[in-house]
Amino acid sequence: MDNLQIATPEIFLLAATCAVLVVGLFVNAKSNTVYWLSQLSLLVALLMSFTQSGGGDAVTGMSGAYTLDSFSSTLKTWLLVVSIGVLLYSRDYVGDRKIQRSEYFVLCLFATSGMMIMVSATHMLTMYLGLELLALSQYALVALHRDNSRAAEAAMKYFVLGALASGMLLYGMSMIYGATGSLDLNVIGQILAGTASDSPSAERTVGARFGLTFVIVGLAFKLGAVPFHMWVPDVYEGAPTSVTMFISTAPKIAAFAMLIRLLVGGLETLNADWQQMLAIMSALSVVVGNLIAIAQTNIKRMLAYSTISHVGFLLMGVVGVTNEGYSASMFYAITYAFTTLAAFGVLLAASREGHDVEVLDDLAGLGKRNAFLASIMMLSMISLAGVPPAVGFYAKLSVLQAAVGAGFAWLAILGVIMSVVGAFYYLRVIKMMFFDEPTDSVEIKVAGDVTAGLAVNGLAVIGFGLAPGLIMSASIAAFS
Amino acid sequence: MTFELFAFYCFAAIVVFAATAVISSRNPVHSAMFLVLTFFTCAGIWMLLEAEFLAVTLVLVYVGAVMVLFLFVVMMLDVNVEPLREGFVKYLPVGLLVGAVMLVEMIFLITQRYFKSDQFPVPERASADQLSNTEMLGELLYSQYLFQFEIAAIILLVAIVAAIALTMRRRPDTKYQTPAVQIAASKKGRLRVVQMPAEKRS
Repeated sequence: MDNLQIATPEIFLLAATCAVLVVGLFVNAKSNTVYWLSQLSLLVALLMSFTQSGGGDAVTGMSGAYTLDSFSSTLKTWLLVVSIGVLLYSRDYVGDRKIQRSEYFVLCLFATSGMMIMVSATHMLTMYLGLELLALSQYALVALHRDNSRAAEAAMKYFVLGALASGMLLYGMSMIYGATGSLDLNVIGQILAGTASDSPSAERTVGARFGLTFVIVGLAFKLGAVPFHMWVPDVYEGAPTSVTMFISTAPKIAAFAMLIRLLVGGLETLNADWQQMLAIMSALSVVVGNLIAIAQTNIKRMLAYSTISHVGFLLMGVVGVTNEGYSASMFYAITYAFTTLAAFGVLLAASREGHDVEVLDDLAGLGKRNAFLASIMMLSMISLAGVPPAVGFYAKLSVLQAAVGAGFAWLAILGVIMSVVGAFYYLRVIKMMFFDEPTDSVEIKVAGDVTAGLAVNGLAVIGFGLAPGLIMSASIAAFS
Repeated sequence: MTFELFAFYCFAAIVVFAATAVISSRNPVHSAMFLVLTFFTCAGIWMLLEAEFLAVTLVLVYVGAVMVLFLFVVMMLDVNVEPLREGFVKYLPVGLLVGAVMLVEMIFLITQRYFKSDQFPVPERASADQLSNTEMLGELLYSQYLFQFEIAAIILLVAIVAAIALTMRRRPDTKYQTPAVQIAASKKGRLRVVQMPAEKRS
């Protein structure tokens, strides 16, 4: 038990969550106390992980199980920022729909701590436990709207498939453990590279390759990459919109971190094997995600397929096995998270009690009803489509550059073609908002702090597009 | 043949017999009892491997807790197994085929060079004066793996919170009693003596 202080943000957040859980029992269910306490805990954790990021060198602790480096502190900071946004946007939605508020916020906090653990874990056991902490909270969050049978169905699907994927991941990890005799990813890396004293024969690494395949299946499921994407549209559609927002934003950052820690941190010497698998998954994801999204009339399903295609782009940076590629993917993951956050934030703000914005027609004429929400949605859509000057353009450009630089020109060309196809359904949303007549005339009321949050979020989408250097330099620093 | 080998073969034979009986016996209660026997003998095999902690856990958790629940469910639900067995003969060839393929795969894997047992280091035998593995596990769990252990605890907490949040409902129309109010009840609050003039019987 050394260097316990590198996990202070997580330890603080977990302790604060337990406190919030207890407070939630005693306060009035209608009051916002639990909400403000949750935001406060996230904010303090954010400050803690932000101040931690000062030192440049990686510090490992807890017998190698936990690492604090610029990679983890950058991702943790963004995870917490996105989680704060998620809580802010979902507050009124959750209150109006009679979802138990205190449990909702507590589960969100638990999920966030799980993600932070995943980001820092350099030990397969820690990583798996962090993942389960996240996944279990997510299953419960999806089902939390109890009177909604669609939510129950989505939760069931998510739970069964998620458990299967966890099983695959664990099986793969156990095979790797069998081949290398260690759970510590740094040690595994040394053993497989042949630099450790007890490195196995080349024949024994076959066991590690065997495990790698299963690990990739598990990771691809958590990311939602084709062909392990079947759960994504159903869960996105069935879950309450605020939970969909949560699932589609911060966990992608955490899953990306896990991918990097496992494949680059531990199994980099097997890159010839995982490169091909990731390239195929990336190509399939951009094609399937973009093509099927066109046919969707439900906006949550459309965003689900859009997520699948973005995961394809995310993987495109990793297939090259270059540091530039990894940092491009990291940039992609971070910017994708807050761009989608803005899109879902608008959907939640435009919903009201008894009426959820779910199908595309609900957005018709949003520009006439509430120009502010419509413009934030527009920013988010052009960013997702990859139109300059929004941040999505720069993100796409850098992963495509990395793919071309690493000799995956075919993949980059496929990505460009498919993002042109994808632009159709993003621009259709903008067209509907500004050029169609409203079908609904009820005035949209948005709380002041939500308006402020959305404004900051929209500014981030456009601002980081004009000046991507801030996130990009952090991403490059994480891999140097 | 050493005694150890002899014991292993005895246990292995019982495991195979009991596992077959689990799926072939007609009475679900018998199946559950055979499963208990399977677990017990597996625990014996683990004992032979000097994994006494796992053996004890298997008996305590699976036999003691899980199987008891299982038996409760089987007895309470009164499952009619006859419909489940229909088509047994019809699907038997497919089942046998799948089983055979799996068997061949397994044999193939463990006899091929990559997964052969000589590819993996033989664990050293613990000497008699070394710690028992329960103690060793305990030391590891509370020192090196303390952080992971705590996360596991948090996961259990999440499971409890989620289970309660998903199932507990406050129903305003439920009738219930509050003992404190009941005890505090006095004659004054409940009984009213009404004075009435006497009336003649009509």
